[in-house]
Amino acid sequence: MTTVAQTASILTLDNFWLSVGLKIVVVLGLFFVVPLVVGYMEHKVMAHQQDRIGPMEAGPHGTLQLVADGIKFIQKEDIIPSAADRKVFALAPGLALVPAMLIFLVLPLAPSFWVEDLELGLFYALAISSVSVLGILMGGWASANKFSLFGGIRAAAQLIAYELPLILAAAAVALQAESLSLVDIIEAQATMSLLGTDVNMWFVFPQALGFAIFFVAAMAELNRPPFDMPIADSELVFGFMTEYTGIKFAMFLLTEYAGMVSMSALMVVLYLGGWQIAPGVPLPGCDGAGGIFGCDFIGAAIGFGVTMGKIFFLTFLMVWARVTYPRLREDQLQKMSWLVFVPLALLNIAVVAVGKVFA
Amino acid sequence: MGDLDTREQVHPGTAPGEDLVLEIRGDGDFDTADMTLSIGPAHPATHGVLRVILEMDGEKIRDAHPVIGYMHRGFEKLAEARDFRQIMALTNRHDWLSGFSNELGVALAAERLMEFEVPDRAQWIRMLLAEWNRVLNHLMFVGSYAIELGAITPMFYAFREREDIQFLLESATGGRLHFTYNQVGGVKIDLPKGFMKESTDLSAMVRKRLQDYVDLVLGNEIFHARTKGIGPLPPEVALAYGVTGPTLQAAGVPEDSRVTEPYLKYGEIDVRVPTGTNGDSFDRFAVLLGRIEASLDLIDQIHDHMPAGPVNSKLPKIVKAPEGYTYIRTENPLGQLGYYLESDGGKNPWRLKMRTPSFSNVQVLPYLLRGALVPDAVAILGSVFFVVGDVDR
Repeated sequence: MTTVAQTASILTLDNFWLSVGLKIVVVLGLFFVVPLVVGYMEHKVMAHQQDRIGPMEAGPHGTLQLVADGIKFIQKEDIIPSAADRKVFALAPGLALVPAMLIFLVLPLAPSFWVEDLELGLFYALAISSVSVLGILMGGWASANKFSLFGGIRAAAQLIAYELPLILAAAAVALQAESLSLVDIIEAQATMSLLGTDVNMWFVFPQALGFAIFFVAAMAELNRPPFDMPIADSELVFGFMTEYTGIKFAMFLLTEYAGMVSMSALMVVLYLGGWQIAPGVPLPGCDGAGGIFGCDFIGAAIGFGVTMGKIFFLTFLMVWARVTYPRLREDQLQKMSWLVFVPLALLNIAVVAVGKVFA
Repeated sequence: MGDLDTREQVHPGTAPGEDLVLEIRGDGDFDTADMTLSIGPAHPATHGVLRVILEMDGEKIRDAHPVIGYMHRGFEKLAEARDFRQIMALTNRHDWLSGFSNELGVALAAERLMEFEVPDRAQWIRMLLAEWNRVLNHLMFVGSYAIELGAITPMFYAFREREDIQFLLESATGGRLHFTYNQVGGVKIDLPKGFMKESTDLSAMVRKRLQDYVDLVLGNEIFHARTKGIGPLPPEVALAYGVTGPTLQAAGVPEDSRVTEPYLKYGEIDVRVPTGTNGDSFDRFAVLLGRIEASLDLIDQIHDHMPAGPVNSKLPKIVKAPEGYTYIRTENPLGQLGYYLESDGGKNPWRLKMRTPSFSNVQVLPYLLRGALVPDAVAILGSVFFVVGDVDR
């Protein structure tokens, strides 16, 4: 069944150390560049939807705004509250940030362009994203500030509650693709046809419910409005991030944007067919399975562009939701997750399972 | 395991004016203490420097104590050192979102003492600007209430409207926030040419844009979930605390000074007072939007009625009020504003006491906050409309 599973990507070279070095460069490059572009998009989209124009000074049309922000954060004084638990306080941002970086290890972004195609790619991605919760909780506790503690506790409750719909929705995809490997899932979408016909389609069509659940649960996982109760800047000043300054604060912010990118990338892979332009349309220059594998350089470049376009579209939706909706209260959040999303996600799995057995 | 029944009372360090007692249950082995959280004085949720001390049990509020006075500037004492021209600039500033309405009240009080006749045109101009001021004030609260609940966009739309209105008012009065346009006996100077047309156009535009708030906020399910049933204020409690304005009208009581005790020319036009049914936070917001629309209707009516004529009377070099006292009630955007003006025959007031709406509105906060959760506390704080300068003077 699996023809491209656990395929080595172009980043795996003969020389082991060169390979590792190249992969590290790619991960760090993606991790630091793409969230910044998404951040710029957020500034501009939010601004235009609020009848203003956004950053215009730093760089042409404000394109270097986030770079300027990064430099500003680096040169800020590092303040640690006197009552804070110093070690935990210092470790918390790192613990939140590193898992967000590690997800990039398994994301396939273009034909033959991924760092590592793990057999348990999906499992790894979801598991590692849960580790960030620990960093948030540590940040909230170690800040020795009641508001931060509130934020940390709310974050822990919220993130645990929304893990379940996320995982259940992803499980339905794995069920349909018959594999946990992310590259496999893309291949399954490219070779899947609608029941009884020859029409190729992505998983978003039979699993639209699962896609919606995954999208909402991802926003809740990332503490994005309307699920930003842990940050809730009108109540808790800035929640668990209140006492952080300088680079530590920048690390928390980067975690959020990197999380947006990685969750969107996961959604693109799981539901939107990865780097395929449209269902049934093969990529030019590719002659492998489903018309999207075994590509030459042009095909890979186009594939990369397609993936990035889809990621930006999904992050645009997240920004749009941020601008439009007020915040949900924490208990309403929890109710929604346990009483609405989990049953719907289970229903989704049931439908997929039945479909898989009979089709 | 310790004995959970022993109780120890502890007086934590408190600020002046507070008397808090914390109960620590248990004998130390396993003890729980209620947490005291101080929202403010500098906090994004309170409109200004209001401090609210919450005694909490987890996220539930057991009691709330507002601490006011952080913005006391001694207005009433300062008023005793101002003559009847300077007092306009002073009274602008206690409720800075309704500057014109404040000045209006003091001008009416002084005119009543001096038995001054105010020309008709001046009265209609005063009404027009007072209603624009009301729209300004309510738009601000629409934006700030939404942003406290997490909806970041209505704030920008509200300020877009406010900028246009402030530009209009600046063309007439010279000020965007503090107008100093009233004087004893009328207004300082006539409206500029083209003002009435601008005002008509602006009123149509604001009315059209009001739909944005209904779509984005009033009709939003998350907003409903956050505000329906939160902080219900029964009418008897509201009246007992002396709450006035949109907060009282949302509780179902159609009390409005423009209707019950008409001043200026409000008796000649049709003043609509929207009321709510439950007195909860949702109703307060809905009443706010309703009042904006009612004010726009009033503005349109005033446009039709505006007479020609002089706008002020010649004042003597030194304006002195005869001995006596008077109390005047006006409907400020936030509620009923009362001025007690006592004069001893000199050019400064002997005593100017301000009965401000925000002071009474803030008093009802402990009643509303008891039993609420912290996010609801923010929803309630945002929905009981007050300006801290008005509370403290």
